[in-house]
Amino acid sequence: MLEYGTKVVAGVTPGKAGQQVEGVLVYHTVADAVAEQGANVSIIFVPPAFAPDAIMEAAAAGIGVMACITEGLPTLDMVRVKHYLKGRSAVLIGPNCPGIITPGACKLGIMPGYIFQPGNIGVISRSGTLTYEVVDQISKQGLGQSTCLGIGGDPIIGLNFIDLLKLFAADPQTGGVVLIGEIGGTAEEEAAAFIKEHFPKPVVTFIAGQTAPPGRRMGHAGAIISGKSGTAQEKMAVLKAAGIRVVVDLTKVGEAVKELMG
Amino acid sequence: MKIHEYQAKVLFAQYGIPIPKGRAASSSTEALEAAQDLGPPPYVVKAQIHAGGRGKGGGVKVAQTLDEFTSRVSEILGMTLVTHQTGPEGKKVLKVLIEEGVPIAQELYLGIVVDRARSCPAIMASRSGGMDIEEVAEKTPHLIHREWIDPAVGFQAFQARNIIYRLGLPATLVKSGIALITQLVKLFEQLDCSLVEINPLVVTRDDRLMALDGKVNFDDNALFRHKEILELMDPSEQDPLELEANKFNLNYIRLNGNIGVMVNGAGLAMATMDLIKLYGGEPANFLDVGGGASAETIANGFRIILSDERVKAVLVNIFGGILRCDVLAEGLIEAAREVVLQVPLIIRLEGTNVDRGRELLNQSGLDFIVSPTMAEAAKKVGQLVQRN
Repeated sequence: MLEYGTKVVAGVTPGKAGQQVEGVLVYHTVADAVAEQGANVSIIFVPPAFAPDAIMEAAAAGIGVMACITEGLPTLDMVRVKHYLKGRSAVLIGPNCPGIITPGACKLGIMPGYIFQPGNIGVISRSGTLTYEVVDQISKQGLGQSTCLGIGGDPIIGLNFIDLLKLFAADPQTGGVVLIGEIGGTAEEEAAAFIKEHFPKPVVTFIAGQTAPPGRRMGHAGAIISGKSGTAQEKMAVLKAAGIRVVVDLTKVGEAVKELMG
Repeated sequence: MKIHEYQAKVLFAQYGIPIPKGRAASSSTEALEAAQDLGPPPYVVKAQIHAGGRGKGGGVKVAQTLDEFTSRVSEILGMTLVTHQTGPEGKKVLKVLIEEGVPIAQELYLGIVVDRARSCPAIMASRSGGMDIEEVAEKTPHLIHREWIDPAVGFQAFQARNIIYRLGLPATLVKSGIALITQLVKLFEQLDCSLVEINPLVVTRDDRLMALDGKVNFDDNALFRHKEILELMDPSEQDPLELEANKFNLNYIRLNGNIGVMVNGAGLAMATMDLIKLYGGEPANFLDVGGGASAETIANGFRIILSDERVKAVLVNIFGGILRCDVLAEGLIEAAREVVLQVPLIIRLEGTNVDRGRELLNQSGLDFIVSPTMAEAAKKVGQLVQRN
């Protein structure tokens, strides 16, 4: 992140205050880092057993945007975290996500910076590396991105598709959005309904897991199909019915973006 | 993580949820002993596999005499049970649960899951238990009553009453019904479950409430704080290669094709499988090596893919983020030193430290084909498999 020009003002590790890592001061608590360095954004790499606590600590300290990269947080802990965040101004990206980047401006995450280009396409995704693949295709079409983020693959997450579509709708730098979904849950179906009614910009979607066997957990805790609900076919049909462009072949997402938004 | 019905019922009993008398058996001798301990018939013989639809598949039988019981046990123990959840290959029955027959007056449904949309656990209850509850939910959603657990204050007594009165329980069972639901919620929360289901929850003809069946799934992410639950895992329910992969924290699922697949990230892994199929190939596995994989983890993953004798070609698709391409390359090279590579290897490498990764691979003397794009890699691997 330092390499990408992100202004990292402090690190937090209990018991390590006063140390320096690559020139950045370390504090015992997030509250100290906020008080002394004015930190307003936090990226969380804390191990899964302690990450829920770290998210709440950041929110309580007055941090505005938190990205939790850690994967493997217990679901019932996230139930409590999500409840804790209600009514607070802090927003959470993730957990189990690559973070957020505005190419050429700021990176709060673990994505490979070199594949991004400044531009006007927003990317929202439930999967980290799939985001990289799509961004790479968009950049190779000679187009750039306004802001890209992974919302995480877990059943309970912070910002969801609809929260972000609202932000992208209001963002003058974003001309269109790529939405990358996957099997499990109903987030894509809800996004489809929202886009149809309220989202004025062009949207291209891709859904991963079109050939996933039912009943098996495919890595992401969220990516499990039970019964008929949550299949890729169902999601793609709902998106199509809402008039949204659905790309079946992942390698053709870049071309579809160029066609619709280039 | 899933457990068997008999294990779920042991947990129910620990939480004071009434269950039929009975125990699990792995042989006909054990089964006979279990039946004799129960007293006079009828007995119920239930196949213990991790899949629903056991009754329809012939894995649940009632016996009215001891003779009938013996023949039912020999039918079910060792059978390959095929249900809509096992896939066409079915699952071999290694254990049966032997229970007393219970006279049923009413069959109800009770379940708890995490509701993603509301970000909290939801309790579902229905008078239409016993049959396909998914069908009830789809066709007659008004027959399912729901209560959501507030994360701040927890499950409340009025919610238990709402459920009990909707279920139409006789007045004599209201108190025990409230206790049962409350205890089930406690079990769900204390053991970090992802699903708890009693289907059917029965009212017996002598007016008792009883969990006739039980399904408990656990949140894998929370198993680190439930060592006692980990001990309930049944290795015979898992593919040997999947078990091996678990040891190395690799997310591996065995599938039916012949193209070995290694990818970082679950979404990209699923999309890679989709692409292989789209170009006419068939993946042999799903393998997500995850974000923080070390060279050693990569090596283990590669070894597991190659130890699957159906694999005719391997596709490695890595878009490095937190996983660096040079670490990936080191892992592949390490694994290839131990195992003689007898099938074509196609590598698509992009992302963090990609140049160093490519350099390492090129210098290694490893025999592989580089593909600059995913499309080309998927097409190529399909062609190679067809040719071999």
